Amino acid sequence: MTLELSTPSGVVGAVPTAPAVEDVPARSRVPFLRSPGLRTNGTRLLRQSIGLILVVGIWQLGARDWLGATTPAPTEVVAAGWDLIKTGELWTHLAASGRRVAIGLAVGIGIGAVLGALAGLFKVAEDLVNAPVQVLRMMPAVALVPVFIIWFGIGDSFKIALIIVAPIFPIYLNVVAGIRGVDQKLIEAAESLELSRFELIRYVVLPGALPQIFVGLRQALGIGWLVLVVAEMQTTPVGLGFLMNDAKEYLRTDQIFLVLVIYAFLGLATDFAVRLLERRFLSWRNGFEGR
Amino acid sequence: MGATEHAAIADAATAHGVVVRGAGRVFDGRTVLADVDLTIAPGEFVALLGASGSGKSTLLRGIGGLDRGFTGRIDAPAAKAIVFQEHRLMPWLSVWRNVALGLRGGNIRERALTALDEVGLGAKSDAWPSTLSGGEAQRTALARGLVREPDLLLLDEPFGALDALTRLNAQRLVARLWETHRPATLLVTHDVEEAVLLADRALILRDGRIAEEIVVDLPRPRRVTDPEFVALRSRLLAGLGVGDGGPIRATTEDQEYTHV
Repeated sequence: MTLELSTPSGVVGAVPTAPAVEDVPARSRVPFLRSPGLRTNGTRLLRQSIGLILVVGIWQLGARDWLGATTPAPTEVVAAGWDLIKTGELWTHLAASGRRVAIGLAVGIGIGAVLGALAGLFKVAEDLVNAPVQVLRMMPAVALVPVFIIWFGIGDSFKIALIIVAPIFPIYLNVVAGIRGVDQKLIEAAESLELSRFELIRYVVLPGALPQIFVGLRQALGIGWLVLVVAEMQTTPVGLGFLMNDAKEYLRTDQIFLVLVIYAFLGLATDFAVRLLERRFLSWRNGFEGR
Repeated sequence: MGATEHAAIADAATAHGVVVRGAGRVFDGRTVLADVDLTIAPGEFVALLGASGSGKSTLLRGIGGLDRGFTGRIDAPAAKAIVFQEHRLMPWLSVWRNVALGLRGGNIRERALTALDEVGLGAKSDAWPSTLSGGEAQRTALARGLVREPDLLLLDEPFGALDALTRLNAQRLVARLWETHRPATLLVTHDVEEAVLLADRALILRDGRIAEEIVVDLPRPRRVTDPEFVALRSRLLAGLGVGDGGPIRATTEDQEYTHV
């Protein structure tokens, strides 16, 4: 806070000697000081957690009772998780599922980004790529399951293939929209600065499209986990889906809920990762952040 | 076009000035510019005036190479910079990186910082453009143009969106920068006072061609209260088809007479 105090006094001192061109000398907005202080950060965190704590509390109270006789309490779910951690089973399943999602998303997002960039930058590519992508987009991933099983068998390759296909579309659509949404006036300014084609893309088009691309990234990651569930519901010897099916066989509702909670946490974690990326790459934006 | 005239034009162009001959521009069958002849000598400051929609900005964009749909011939130096009415800074690049964008050669950061110092914004070099005031953003745009050491500076109503006080300061800054760097300068404006304040020559664009030329032969720095300044302003206003506010002055004079 010392910075905030010293800045206005510095400005006041500078006014008489400042060149005549200074139009708003009193302006002392230091962007770094806009982030809330530690104390407000703490209360904010508390506020954000209250909702979740309430939900878990109500769940604990209602389990095995008015939430249904077969509904396990959070404590039971934690216990089930602890058992699986002790035997090391949980890691095996998590690793298998994580690997499928990681490969599938990496390839799918890559394909979507390349197709989107081509279609966004070149009219020819758009004409060629857009129609087939739009047709494929309308097919739900679930409906592709039988075809993909016939093509790839019921092993890992089928599951990964399914996870590859799903995120292509949100990434593609948002990359195209992002590129096309870049302000034409900025493109023109860049032309007047005689940027090379590479510089134009690197310093104008890509950063201009980035906010929209992040929207696509969020959707893609969400869809990735979703399709994983669908894929692993088919015959699976290892993975979170197997854990779920196995628990269903033996009526282990605590394990079923455990898998649901794990899915939720994984989704939350990926969303958090995207937020970190946004904070890093979109720090120049000063849009409305709520009051 | 005679051989000697052609040679003269070529000379002027190679000497970092602007030569426009018979330039025309048609948008969807509507002729905006019909037959424009315009010469800007190296280091000369020319103001281009005209009513809204007269094609001032179109002509500037043609000279700046942003509009390739022109007929006729336009010779302009390769080293040119444009400052637009909106600052057009990249919001995702810090102020100095905006100034440095597209710069070639070494010491890019130092050159950008020097240019920013020159417009009085050295302290803002690491700020985001969105934190700048309108005047600061426009000065950054000026620095971005000047850092390229252009032979031709094109100003497309650069002060149009600024408030009156900020505009005065920005005009003074442009006058100072022009005297230091001496690029050939074309200022598109609808502000008659601004034209007389800054330019060596003021041109009026009407019906798709340069209809009038008024040489502003006043010593710098110029004062708006100077009688010669006032006379030139009146001439330009008349050229634009606007009375120079005569009726108001006439009534005050009438009142004075009645008092006497």
